[in-house]
Amino acid sequence: MNVLTPTTLALALVTSLALDAPVFAQTMDHSTMSMPSPDASQPQEPATPKKKPVPAKKKGPAQQHAQSKNRQPAPAGAQPKATVDDMSSMEGMDSGMQHDMSSMQGMDHSRMRHDMSAMPGMEMGHGTMDHSTTDHEASPTSLPRTPIPPVTDADRAAAVPPGGTHAMTDNAIHGYVLLNRLEAWNADPGMGQAWEGQGWIGTDLNRAWLRSEAERVDGRTEAADLEVLYGRSVSTWWDVVGGIRHDFKPGGSQTFAAIGVQGLAPQKFEVEATAYLGEGGQTAARLEAEYALLLTNRLILQPQVEIEAYGRNDLARGIGSGLSTAEAGLRLRYEFTRRFAPYIGVVGERAFGRTADLRRAAGEDIHDTRFVAGIRIWF
Amino acid sequence: MSFDSHDGAANGRRGLSRRRFVQGLAAGGAVAGLGLWPGTSWALRGPGQPNVLSGTAFDLTIGETPVNFTGRTRPAITVNGSLPAPLLRWKEGTTVNLRVANALPAGSIHGDETSIHWHGIVLPANMDGVPGLSFHGIHRGEAYQYRFNVRQAGTYWYHSHSGTQEQAGLYGPLVIDPIEPEPFSYDRDHVVMLSDWTDLGGDALMSRLKKMAGHDNYYKRTVGDFFRDTKRDGLKATLADRRMWGAMRMTPTDLSDVNATTYTYLMNGTTALGNWTGLFRSGEKVRLRFINGSAMTYFDVRIPGLKMTVVAADGQYVHPVTVDEFRIAVAETYDVIVEPTGQDAFTVFAQDAARTGYVSGTLAVRDGLRAPVPALDPRPILTMADMGMDHGGMAGMDGGGMAGMDHGAMSGMEHVQHGAAPATDPHAGHDMGAMQGHAMAGMHHGGGTQPHPASETGNPLVDNQAMTPTSRLNDPGNGLRDNGRKALTYAMLRSAFEDPDGREPGRDIELHLTGHMEKFAWSFNGIKFSSAEPLRMNYGERLRIVLVNDTMMTHPIHLHGMWSDVEDDQGNFMVRKHTVDMPPGSKRSYRVRADALGNWAYHCHLLYHMDAGMMRAVRVEE
Repeated sequence: MNVLTPTTLALALVTSLALDAPVFAQTMDHSTMSMPSPDASQPQEPATPKKKPVPAKKKGPAQQHAQSKNRQPAPAGAQPKATVDDMSSMEGMDSGMQHDMSSMQGMDHSRMRHDMSAMPGMEMGHGTMDHSTTDHEASPTSLPRTPIPPVTDADRAAAVPPGGTHAMTDNAIHGYVLLNRLEAWNADPGMGQAWEGQGWIGTDLNRAWLRSEAERVDGRTEAADLEVLYGRSVSTWWDVVGGIRHDFKPGGSQTFAAIGVQGLAPQKFEVEATAYLGEGGQTAARLEAEYALLLTNRLILQPQVEIEAYGRNDLARGIGSGLSTAEAGLRLRYEFTRRFAPYIGVVGERAFGRTADLRRAAGEDIHDTRFVAGIRIWF
Repeated sequence: MSFDSHDGAANGRRGLSRRRFVQGLAAGGAVAGLGLWPGTSWALRGPGQPNVLSGTAFDLTIGETPVNFTGRTRPAITVNGSLPAPLLRWKEGTTVNLRVANALPAGSIHGDETSIHWHGIVLPANMDGVPGLSFHGIHRGEAYQYRFNVRQAGTYWYHSHSGTQEQAGLYGPLVIDPIEPEPFSYDRDHVVMLSDWTDLGGDALMSRLKKMAGHDNYYKRTVGDFFRDTKRDGLKATLADRRMWGAMRMTPTDLSDVNATTYTYLMNGTTALGNWTGLFRSGEKVRLRFINGSAMTYFDVRIPGLKMTVVAADGQYVHPVTVDEFRIAVAETYDVIVEPTGQDAFTVFAQDAARTGYVSGTLAVRDGLRAPVPALDPRPILTMADMGMDHGGMAGMDGGGMAGMDHGAMSGMEHVQHGAAPATDPHAGHDMGAMQGHAMAGMHHGGGTQPHPASETGNPLVDNQAMTPTSRLNDPGNGLRDNGRKALTYAMLRSAFEDPDGREPGRDIELHLTGHMEKFAWSFNGIKFSSAEPLRMNYGERLRIVLVNDTMMTHPIHLHGMWSDVEDDQGNFMVRKHTVDMPPGSKRSYRVRADALGNWAYHCHLLYHMDAGMMRAVRVEE
């Protein structure tokens, strides 16, 4: 995908969508940035595990004085005995362990910096100009009512950062596998089975995607493909994906380079649009869209369409150039849980143009309507 | 969880810390079969009545303890074997020593590192308990000695700052007795700590949120709702409404990310069936110290039949204000005084703000009593005002017709994708020129279109921007408006003291709360914690933080180490807090006095928002 510019993509794929066009903004890859990790080889000094004072537990007898507010009797054995001087143990940690924040100045939110040189003037300005807004409270003071305590060496020692970094869970790797359709139908003769699924693993912005579709009729695999893609979020609702598609069937296996967009179009249509360039110069495009219509919060009607087009005739695979097939499905699922939803549905497929001609020539129907039953699961 | 000296409830609890099992209550059939809930002995010995530790020296051991709140036994992470962790009772003006030992077993689902953060406590940076910022964390087999001076009084809490341990049970109440007499009187004192429990591990829940953020929302609008709305509002308005939400790819029933589908709500570590009971004698004044120790849940709290007088917020005294109900954001605390009389029992009812579940307990003259438990309120939905769009915007949309809908009014919401508005100058709010600074103060809650930081523009992690946010200080919150009860608002909270610093803020820092609902990605200004550099403050300075909520979720924002002095609409000091609730569509400001040297965490206190990146480090330097 890295050879094509976003503009090319948009031209190739998005124009036909007539949807809210993604903005291919240049974005920084936050995930690759991390706080500089200073040498954290110096281990934390654990508190000395020597005998500690007995913890103060309240064990005085019950006192039944209703008027005694919340006064506590001084608990026995509650001596504030400082057995471990933690300050001194912390002092050993400071040198060489400070974060070098200066190295982060190139980051994008340098606007957070504030020019403090103007501060004294500011305070004066506010002090003299702000009466209108502060009439009903004590007038602002230029010196704090509660004095700012002078910084002591103990404060400085306590303020030394520990080194290392806060655990950065915000770019953790997560994963998702959805078997969107795993279904069967009476194909007459025999049974038909199909699946369509996808999965991702990665962060919020960068993910590896797997997509697969397959169809078997009467024990014979008619079509099966697997796509392995890298996807990157380029705008709020759109990811650009690029990678490889491998067709196991129909015919002999063949491999395409794939590039596309996927995301959530306005009104919450889930859309995938992908262009393919094959080994033999074959080109293809696939557009998929689906929607969830809530009859109830568990009974969900899912319309779905998938359109395929090819650049060249491929007689061996029964493919003609131009728009080849369109499939529309309507599936009604019941989400017993979010993760497990059996469904029934009806699917219509139709071939067009040269592809339809090839099917007619082979004595096949160009229409196919089937009633399916299946399950939708994710984990 | 009563701990008065006079009611004896604090006594005889030492055995509890040695219990191997904190036996909760299965909410299912097993309990239904019991018929009558066993009263006295359970309530006195049960998990709703954990132990109290007071004094200045404490030994706290963090380990795993099996619990059962749902019918399934799960390993919780506990302090001294109790959930919630023991109530710690300190005294203002003393120095406390707390030895916290990590006794987590090898291979624990909670990890091998732990920590305790003392929420809302002003202390040295290396005592604050945030691994990576304050210290290294406490690894298995190690102990950390916390030691600091207690310089404040009131109701607080403590919790882990490691991983998702806070979800799994590592939280407990903290009560600090003042040196000076309190400005109110009462006869009894109960802590009411609210929390949310799930049998899922925290990491599994986070992973699920990343896969399917809307998992728990079984309240989305359906085809049936469409026809109902059409009947009520007309087809045109209903279509316009659906198109608008559809253009945002959002749903107005998205009130919380995790709800009772996943959670079992707890009061003092027991379920509604467990019925935590706080005792009173008729006519007594009872102080209830409410603490929301949840990972993700806002609660709306009321006690049918009783008025509640709020006397402290986040541990700090406020001018007493009497209400029927209050919403408590995650990590907030409210102290209220009630005077139960005329009935033997009153229900303490805490429903989650999304109206998916509740937990309740009882104030009673003796154990074993119950009062009627109210039904959940109807579920509210988010309005355009909640999304930071005012009614003017709505009207324009209605009149604009269908064609203009997607690209007209909606472009305002989505200018993420359409380029920044000309007024967007992230430097404006930060300009230190005296005049601009002043102009900024005037702009706080004013009209006009809200500028946004450039980092939000074209950012895949930002799915929404509030165009006309307001302070909403007078708003009790979605679902509490016009419900016939007097609900607390922030505008009713006035600290019982004047601004402890008194200086005008020298500068403003404006931060936007941003997120992407579908990706479950959360950030400030569209930049996640791991990509952000620390906010820098100069020791001793007084500054103003202006927060703008660009998301459709509420966010309780917590600054460690320093107070957040919330301002009113005129920019005057209003109330001192440690956690500032930011409802959707809100813009609020507060003053910070940077009087604590070192590195501090600054984050949304919804646990999974923080873990997803809605966090910054604050660095206070000399």
